[in-house]
Amino acid sequence: MSKILDGLFYSESHEYVKVEGEFGYIGITDYAQHELGNVVYVDMPEVDDEVEAGAEFGAVESVKAASDLNSPVSGTVVEVNEALEDEPGLVNKDPYANWIIKVQLSDDDELKGLMDAEAYKTFIGE
Amino acid sequence: MSELKTTCLHDKHVALGALMSPFGGFDMPIQYADIVTEHNAVREHVGVFDVSHMGEVEVTGADAERFVNHIFTNDITGAEPGKIFYGMMCYPNGGTVDDLLVYKMDENDFFLVINAANIDKDVEWINGQTDGFDVKVDHQSDRYGQLAVQGPEAEYQLEHTLHLKCAELAFYTFSVAELEGEKIIVSRTGYTGEDGFEIYASHATIRTMWDDLIAAGVQPCGLGCRDTLRFEVGLPLYGDELSEDISPIMAGLGFFVKLDKEEFIGKEALALQKAEGVAQKLVGLELADKAIPRHGYEIVTADDDNKVVGTVTTGYHGISVDKSIAMALVDAEYAALDTPLRVHIRKKFFPATVVKKKFYKKSYKK
Repeated sequence: MSKILDGLFYSESHEYVKVEGEFGYIGITDYAQHELGNVVYVDMPEVDDEVEAGAEFGAVESVKAASDLNSPVSGTVVEVNEALEDEPGLVNKDPYANWIIKVQLSDDDELKGLMDAEAYKTFIGE
Repeated sequence: MSELKTTCLHDKHVALGALMSPFGGFDMPIQYADIVTEHNAVREHVGVFDVSHMGEVEVTGADAERFVNHIFTNDITGAEPGKIFYGMMCYPNGGTVDDLLVYKMDENDFFLVINAANIDKDVEWINGQTDGFDVKVDHQSDRYGQLAVQGPEAEYQLEHTLHLKCAELAFYTFSVAELEGEKIIVSRTGYTGEDGFEIYASHATIRTMWDDLIAAGVQPCGLGCRDTLRFEVGLPLYGDELSEDISPIMAGLGFFVKLDKEEFIGKEALALQKAEGVAQKLVGLELADKAIPRHGYEIVTADDDNKVVGTVTTGYHGISVDKSIAMALVDAEYAALDTPLRVHIRKKFFPATVVKKKFYKKSYKK
């Protein structure tokens, strides 16, 4: 049973965004980290890079495969989670505490196109 | 695409909750726990793999030795029964049909172990070479199940859990055990770089042995860690490091190509490759960054011209060496140790250096 947090927004490619004011913390869901297996590298953008809703902004690499990261929202990267550079496995331990990028949101309306916890639960068939 | 085949342990993998995926025409377990746990179990303790997908062909007859020597790059001349040889079958142009093990069962009796994905192709190839030889080629893949028990505690598990005598077996030799009238082949071989054994027996016996090993606490291991384990010690996988287009000489496996043998298919082409050099060679690469080079990624020069000079054949974040490493086929002029290159990973180019392919030291018991 995957962990799904209430109050977050979820994408069909298994990223979440946790909104705090004008910022969004983007990471991968517990379901995604479990499907990937041991994460050994997170390819992150740089601060000030622009991300676009639905577009790729990096990748999560497990032992067996690389998986693109798609941003659920548009905005500007204001922070990347540097802890993942040394310890990418944190994504497996707690994917919600260990977000990947922090973005300044450019369009709140995009959130309406994402799933809430209940819808995501149905989406992954649990 | 024909329907996926299953091994005699398929139901047990499903019951253990393994992640299943197609490999070589079979529905195979990729992992039970996770790849890192399984990989480390084999390096530090012991793991058991279902490798029943591997194919078996028995060659018998008055000309069996001469025939196997004709289709095989290694030299089996005059070997004692109980000895095992690793080598390749090659096409006349030197390209590789498959890499395989040859077990010498008896004077006119050889047991060939071939890759699952190549079974149909190999059987057809072997049968196509028999003109002028007094041999019988018997395809036996459906008759055998196979387990690989690998790791420093493998000998203990065979002796104490399966009650198979193996302590005296030397590396690359086998014995035939009698178990309730059934003949079981036990060999000191493997594909992990650790000490270990491979067992060939009937489906029923393999199922019992699997249950006994799991009950004894041996970690079930999937094909995921089988690949990371073999890769780290520089062992090739057909389809990645060997293929119709990649000869054993290109792959750096010249040790297993006995050019002083009277004749074998591909000898002239391989001798020429060895004498004149090959256009591309298999090398090891080590990256400074953590980005992971994957199969098929391009290798480019260290200069900014981005000239493509090769392709990654296998790449991982090495579990036992904790570095991003790869095997890659590169143009011969870039194959020397310490040559600086770059790997194209997604949108970026990451610096890499040519290193030896054996990233991790093997711990065979010889």
